Amino acid sequence: MYPSSDKRDSQTEGRLNLRIAVFGAVALALFAVLFFRLWFLQALNGSEYLAEANNNRTREFRVSAPRGEILDRSGKVLVDNRTSLALQVDPDDLPPQPARRRAELAQLAELTHSSLKRVQTLLGEQAELAPGAPATLRNDVGHYLVYYLQENQDRFPGVEIQPVFVRNYPLGTLAAHILGNVGEVSEKQLKEDPYRDLEPGDKIGQDGVESTYDQFLRGHPGLTRVQVDAFGQPTQRQRPFSKRPTPGDNLKLSIDYDVQAAGEAALAARGLPGGFVTMDVHSGEILGVGSFPTFDPSVFTRPMTQAQVDALIRDPISAPLTNRAISGLYPTGSTYKLITALAALESDVITPSTSIYDGGEITIGEQTFQNAGGAAFGTVSLVRALEVSSDVFFYTLGWKTWNTGDLQRWSHKLGIGRPTGIDLPGESEGLLPSQKWRNDLYREGETERPWSAGDNVQLAIGQGDLQTNPLQMAVAYATLANGGTVVTPHVGLQIDDPAGRVQREFEVRPQRSIRIEPQHRTAILEGLHNAAQSPSGTSFAVFGNFPVDVAGKTGTAQRPPNPDQSWYVVLAPYPNPRIVTAVTIEQGGFGADSAAPAALQILEAYFDKHSSGSAGPNGGSPG
Amino acid sequence: MYATRTRRAQPEPFSMRPGIADRLGLPYMDATLSLAAVALAVFGIFTLEQATLNDVPGSPGYFVDRQAIYAMIGLICMYTLARIDYSRFRELRVGIYTFLCVSVSLVFVFGFAARGSRRAFDLPFFSFQPSELGKLLLCLALAGFVIDGARRGSDWQRTVRYLCLGLAPAALVFLQPDLGTSLVYVGITLAVMYVGGVPWTHFAAIGAALVAIVTIVLAIAPAVGVPILKGYQEQRLTSFLNPSEDPSDAGYQQNQAKIAIGSGEKTGRGDRATQTRLDFVPERHTDFIFAVIGERYGFMGAAFVLSLYALLIWRALRIVTLSKNSYGTLVAGGIAAMLLFQVFVNVGMNLGIMPITGIPLPLLSYGGSSVLATFLAIGVLQSIHMQARLSQKGRFAW
Repeated sequence: MYPSSDKRDSQTEGRLNLRIAVFGAVALALFAVLFFRLWFLQALNGSEYLAEANNNRTREFRVSAPRGEILDRSGKVLVDNRTSLALQVDPDDLPPQPARRRAELAQLAELTHSSLKRVQTLLGEQAELAPGAPATLRNDVGHYLVYYLQENQDRFPGVEIQPVFVRNYPLGTLAAHILGNVGEVSEKQLKEDPYRDLEPGDKIGQDGVESTYDQFLRGHPGLTRVQVDAFGQPTQRQRPFSKRPTPGDNLKLSIDYDVQAAGEAALAARGLPGGFVTMDVHSGEILGVGSFPTFDPSVFTRPMTQAQVDALIRDPISAPLTNRAISGLYPTGSTYKLITALAALESDVITPSTSIYDGGEITIGEQTFQNAGGAAFGTVSLVRALEVSSDVFFYTLGWKTWNTGDLQRWSHKLGIGRPTGIDLPGESEGLLPSQKWRNDLYREGETERPWSAGDNVQLAIGQGDLQTNPLQMAVAYATLANGGTVVTPHVGLQIDDPAGRVQREFEVRPQRSIRIEPQHRTAILEGLHNAAQSPSGTSFAVFGNFPVDVAGKTGTAQRPPNPDQSWYVVLAPYPNPRIVTAVTIEQGGFGADSAAPAALQILEAYFDKHSSGSAGPNGGSPG
Repeated sequence: MYATRTRRAQPEPFSMRPGIADRLGLPYMDATLSLAAVALAVFGIFTLEQATLNDVPGSPGYFVDRQAIYAMIGLICMYTLARIDYSRFRELRVGIYTFLCVSVSLVFVFGFAARGSRRAFDLPFFSFQPSELGKLLLCLALAGFVIDGARRGSDWQRTVRYLCLGLAPAALVFLQPDLGTSLVYVGITLAVMYVGGVPWTHFAAIGAALVAIVTIVLAIAPAVGVPILKGYQEQRLTSFLNPSEDPSDAGYQQNQAKIAIGSGEKTGRGDRATQTRLDFVPERHTDFIFAVIGERYGFMGAAFVLSLYALLIWRALRIVTLSKNSYGTLVAGGIAAMLLFQVFVNVGMNLGIMPITGIPLPLLSYGGSSVLATFLAIGVLQSIHMQARLSQKGRFAW
């Protein structure tokens, strides 16, 4: 059958002709198929396909997901979403003629109180970021404008009113510093890890828990493929979503609304800058944390006026965006004496029964240190020294440990001068002055003298170079109260899905544990209890009549040239505390003058709610 | 039947000195074939210009300019090749075959990857896709092997040998991976063997084996967890059977192409075309250029293009019968099959009756390698035609 050579002869010729004929027939058949199919598509069904082509103008863009809600520990809504109407312009549907396009944009600019130039810049930017996607000219469009645009739709081709999700704060300024705000992801953030798969224009939490727990709150954007006809109207065949947006999960905070509100009200009533924190001493769950002055978080959901920006950012003195409770840098005054006492006891500098004579002043080297207010308390032991806040007693402890490092070691163990690991951005580290720190500075020529006994004497009563904040003090007090666990303070409690089912409970491990002699703890707590509730105690005037036994310490920090700063840290209920509250008020004067009454307001709010459950004063507490 | 007519058609002019046309060899070429090819190329460039105006921002002529240059070079190559006696390629078959296999293998080493497959070398000004030229090389080499092996071994041995020779480069191309082109290689191999006289029974056996392979590749292998085709390949191959199932993916392209062609109706939408102007049809300058023609020029335009292809293939088949020797017959047969296969699969894909395989439409789809290879193939056809005419002329003149 195969050809015997390259020569074509008549025998192969005949066979070949048959094969070529079959080949030709196949070719003919194939072309016939193509022609018939072409005729079928174009002539017989052409009008249907033409209609389909006219309807067929699809575009796909991202639909942002609603963020999860933020709730307090009982489920009260702190932040949810509202829909706002955004005026969007689809550049593809604008009139193609430059003159008409310009006229429409100019009209839109006027309607939105903008300028033609700004509108054009905005459209240009959007075209670069996401070509084909509509650009938002203005959020929160008023209803009158919406009605006007809808009635005159034919005059504004390409203009759409799109509902978008905006953060809503039903409780106003409450917990503003915890919540933070939401904003568009920045170009720099897009290159960072958690935000890598986002796109320009996506919104993320920019501060507070909105930022810390952004990955849970954010949700996943959907995709929508919108089919519009030649007149820009959605057609019957549109599929609203090719991928549905997944709403973000809800975040439940450990914040107790009543405690939070009481704390903020207490600060606001004083009218001075300050901060407070109330925390569960065993778990580190924060029941309330706040700062004054505060701000309205909803301003970030709308375009801001210059006056608003100035009030929030440019004012260095009131600095409303600063959360003073966690990022303040203050000396603590006498509230530090708890730490000094514990350090001295645990380092065997004193025992609970050691007595020291307080003659009103003490001279160390060339310096003389006096009690506040010129008082003299005679021979005092630790409990009495805490009760009356004898400075000389603690000066002596500071002097005895001035070069041993004991005070610094125990301060460090309790978390002074180091981050607590709270789940809020902006925590300050603080500064714990030490021999090494000052001597290093001195060697580098940045200070005029090396470490001296006077530095440690100052630190012993929370003065000098010490810089800390209410949060660190609360953690230190909680450590003593719970017997040695340095908790990690946190506000995030759990993540619920939008239907309310628990997705994840945060298990926050304590930072570390330290060994505290139980009798030392008992002695210090007794001293603090007396300070608050025995008639000669420093804050008896405030807490003397409080129905719950507490253990609290006043502090009066000197910050020349400013007036004294008022501090109060209180553990309650005594003798087995469940919560700690630390309050500081800048320029608030003596501890019992302003910080202690503020703390009282917070404790009242807490025990109003919890007294029914527990046994009231002296009632036992779990753990 | 062609043979008798053509013999009658050429009375020899009696002159001492051949005219300029004679010296250029024009009277011995197949003018219809050349005209059909040039018409297709021109129509392709014209369509391309309209379809790609906005594709490359700032240079509306990006694709057109390049395609026009490729076509010019292609024409020159066609003419040059037509003047060479194709019979020499038979002697060079081993060299050609080696070059074919090496060049399609080299892309694995030097090729640049485009959309997940390595098919081309990046040369300055031009990215060269050896598998396109390889189609023609396979025709030339395989035909040589078939003629050469005519007297060696039994029928079955020969069939298996040719099959292996053809399928080896096909397998290399498949691995690039370029499923469509490798299918063209298979088509060429079968066509050369068919024209070469492989017994019908052998084809029946090959056909049965093919059915078995398709079943294994598409059904059995994935079921036991050894996928041979890449996911997108399988999806493309099978989605045309049910295009409305998922309009967002593989079927989407085809559905959009179908809508484009259908909406062209009888006379076309011209500049009002939306499907192919507004990005609905992807790859409209390459795989789906027929959809552009269908939408813009309607049935008239599309049928005109199809007719040109029919003309082209008719002339190729005619040359199969005209060839002065069996080698020419086999080469022309392979080329005719190559053109037919590509046109049918590509246009069928546009019309929604064939799977998406990424086979370019000869002379119309944008792409230098494809245009050049097609013109070269037509050059070889011309050479066969010319040699046949010259030998007849000798016979007549004697």
